[in-house]
Amino acid sequence: MGKRDVQEVNAGSMADIAFLLLIFFLVTTTMDTDSGLSRMLPPPVPEDQDTPPPIKDRNVFEVLINAQNRLLVENEPMELRELRDAAKEFIQNPLDEEGLPEKEEKQIEYFGIYPVTKGVISLQNDRGTQYQMYLSVQNELAAAYNELRNELAQSKFGKKFDELEEDKQGAIRDIYPQKISEAEPKNIGGK
Amino acid sequence: MAKFRKKKGSGQQAINTASLPDIVFMLLFFFMVTTTMKEVALKVQLKQPEATELSKLEKKSLVTYIYVGVPQKQYQGTFGSEPRLQLNDQFSTVDDIRNYIVQERESMRESDRSKMTVSIKADFDTPMGIITEVKQALRKAQALKISYSARQVNQVPM
Repeated sequence: MGKRDVQEVNAGSMADIAFLLLIFFLVTTTMDTDSGLSRMLPPPVPEDQDTPPPIKDRNVFEVLINAQNRLLVENEPMELRELRDAAKEFIQNPLDEEGLPEKEEKQIEYFGIYPVTKGVISLQNDRGTQYQMYLSVQNELAAAYNELRNELAQSKFGKKFDELEEDKQGAIRDIYPQKISEAEPKNIGGK
Repeated sequence: MAKFRKKKGSGQQAINTASLPDIVFMLLFFFMVTTTMKEVALKVQLKQPEATELSKLEKKSLVTYIYVGVPQKQYQGTFGSEPRLQLNDQFSTVDDIRNYIVQERESMRESDRSKMTVSIKADFDTPMGIITEVKQALRKAQALKISYSARQVNQVPM
């Protein structure tokens, strides 16, 4: 009897246990952050609202998608790959053509008086349109705006749009406001 | 004996592995902290559509999810093979969205409620009819900030 050493716990297997837990968490972990196309829905229309004033035909860029996933842009059939350039031309109207949207002189920070387009993109789809097609069209339209913003940012500030400060981004957003309107669905009944 | 000792001396020294558990523990804690378990079990078939102009959804606590798709094989007997909604853990109809949004909004902090985003996670093959209905329901529920969840690719399928 007398003095007896306190026995130490064998910690040799500690590493194995930790490894086991580590592998468990490695396998179950999902690092992916959700990403998507952000949009704002228009607020609900009150019942007793007057019909809004009509927008001039030249200021509207009409995009229709039918149930066969075909595009009709400004009453002309179009392929999806042509949509981006068509939208860009519509928004920019570089030659001030008659058929393309009007512009309004606006005071904008960093730019002074700048002609801002009045164009609105109107998007309408069928009940049978495939979701991927709808999203591709939304994507192309967003890409058209993003490219225009990037071009402007590059020529004015020598940087990409994403790398600019907040207020400069705001100025560019004022020049190219993302105006994509979706028509009220017509046949909401009939499930 | 002397011969043996000599050989041992000139051989390779073993690396001290006493700090190995510490390193592994460090890694373990890193993964434990960063891990987020999948919150709901998917009951619908979901193959996300593809897009290029995506933005990331920053704060997970502000995001509410709506899943749309065809029920998975084992649920097709009960729920059919038409695209359905999944809110939380159960199949729902468009009429349930309003309550769901209200409920989710209640559970948020007051200051965050205006920043609430609804992420629509729909299968790429879903017809737009049901999605339009969802959007209308969201408008009525005043949940106007939405995000169409998609996968990042370099080129959308043309």
